Amino acid sequence: MNTMTSLPAPGARSEDASAPRFAPAWRAPLVVLLLGLVACAAMPDQLGLMTRIFITALFVLSLDLVVGVAGLATLGHAALFGMGAYAAGIFALHVHPDPLVGLAVGIAAGAGLAAFSGAFLLRYQGFTLLMLTIAVSQILLSLAQKARGWTGGDDGLSGFVMGPVLGRFDFDLEGRVAAVYALAVLAVLLYAARRIVDSPFGLAVRGIHENRARMAALGTPVLARLWMLYTVAGALAGAAGALSAQTNAVVGMDSLSFALSAEVLVMLILGGAGRLTGALVGATVFTVLHHTAASINPYHWLFVVGALLMLVVLVSPAKAWAWLRRRAGGAR
Amino acid sequence: MSALLELQSVDKRFGGLHVTRGVSFALHAGDRLALIGPNGAGKTTLVNQISGVLACDSGKISLLGEDVTRLSQAQRVRAGMARTFQITTLAPHFAVQRQIELALFEREGLTGRMWRSVDAYPTLQAEAQGILTRFGLRVHAGTATEDLAYGEQRLIEMALALALRPKVVLLDEPMAGVPKGDGHRLLAALDSLPRDLAVLIIEHDMDLVFRFANRIVVLAEGAVLADGSPDAVRRDPRVRAAYLGN
Repeated sequence: MNTMTSLPAPGARSEDASAPRFAPAWRAPLVVLLLGLVACAAMPDQLGLMTRIFITALFVLSLDLVVGVAGLATLGHAALFGMGAYAAGIFALHVHPDPLVGLAVGIAAGAGLAAFSGAFLLRYQGFTLLMLTIAVSQILLSLAQKARGWTGGDDGLSGFVMGPVLGRFDFDLEGRVAAVYALAVLAVLLYAARRIVDSPFGLAVRGIHENRARMAALGTPVLARLWMLYTVAGALAGAAGALSAQTNAVVGMDSLSFALSAEVLVMLILGGAGRLTGALVGATVFTVLHHTAASINPYHWLFVVGALLMLVVLVSPAKAWAWLRRRAGGAR
Repeated sequence: MSALLELQSVDKRFGGLHVTRGVSFALHAGDRLALIGPNGAGKTTLVNQISGVLACDSGKISLLGEDVTRLSQAQRVRAGMARTFQITTLAPHFAVQRQIELALFEREGLTGRMWRSVDAYPTLQAEAQGILTRFGLRVHAGTATEDLAYGEQRLIEMALALALRPKVVLLDEPMAGVPKGDGHRLLAALDSLPRDLAVLIIEHDMDLVFRFANRIVVLAEGAVLADGSPDAVRRDPRVRAAYLGN
């Protein structure tokens, strides 16, 4: 897994010998918020697509914490997303329709599942870990299929109507509130993720990704740190799941599927793992591509994604970027 | 004076292979103990047992008078032990200063903190820069570790161990693979180790061993063959037969 996740050096600048510094944590979320709002204003008839991009971006961001930052292999990330989605859906149906409370429930459910499964999963590495993450998500999927009374089984969980956001903004038919709501949650959680990654904890987790033996020799409780990170990632994936449930007003079995786990991994690789913003780029490119290519040819759109993936793997984005900068004569 | 590190009959087997056999010795403040022996004598295995990477099959290891035989590697580090690796073991993509900060944040027990930026701990950053200055690496603070010369990476190995402010430090072949001409900075670093630190060093360069150590333990086939001052060990006929060969 390490071969496909080239970690950006935290603050490393090869030519510049002065002390390394992180960019301010608010910068990326602010840019995302502004770009998102501009995109929504410019394309008011594509708000559904925008909402999907924002939610997917949040989900891929969560995966980036696990794969790109901590260097763990997983193909079962949909378990955490689906858990958040079902928790938020069931909560809205049976307890309370308030979206923010439902979001908190989704976050808690995702974090809870990550904490529970992580305590066992994170003792393993590499392929063993990869297989076990698939196993966990498949177990959850079959549990969801069996518990028809709660999840609606293969028919999906529906019939819940969300209340207004903050008690004021009703989900409208055009999807304006849904888009802004999803965008706001994405920006806030991106800010949180940025802070966590640049904190001493985040530094230690990156250190574990780079060299486990080194961190153990420095006295780092490696398993405990990875477990905390996985729990945080679970919270973010749970939030994405909850947003998906609330804005679609339906939760399907596909939110727990292996295909979804694999798809978000493809998005992360497309955008570049380990720097958080890559997750957002990958999610956007993939979702837009899916949307446009599928509307041109619903059967062969995966061909385009496959070709793009090959291109990204063969020509690393970092190298392409350096090449472009040299061409522009702007070597810094 | 009580021992900082004490080994009592430490044993390790890998299947049928008996790698360390009843090894006992003690290390006091200010000791410079060189652990020597032919290849395969069990030196690195012993260091791995002391540092907690490998569990002991039997025997006892005490650190500052406390039994640490069953403690994890992390717990032993917190109790005052640090080590370096024979094969450079660093975070290759980290800026050099960040690398040192890893050790400092860990030492201060801060790596559970999830919100404040690493850059918002100016005291630790200043300390990291001070350590880099001491090792002549200040100009490389922002350089990715993998871009440094090999000898400089070996220096970082040592800087990380010292950044933890240990009482006992285990140096596993600090000079391994460093070209002769580049060794002087490492030698200077060895000479400037804190006086009251207890140092155990594994080294194949005999000139360095006899220059640096005030005590030598010779390991052969996993057991202690000789333990004494450099002069006594040099004169010991068994050591000459088993190791020096002439």
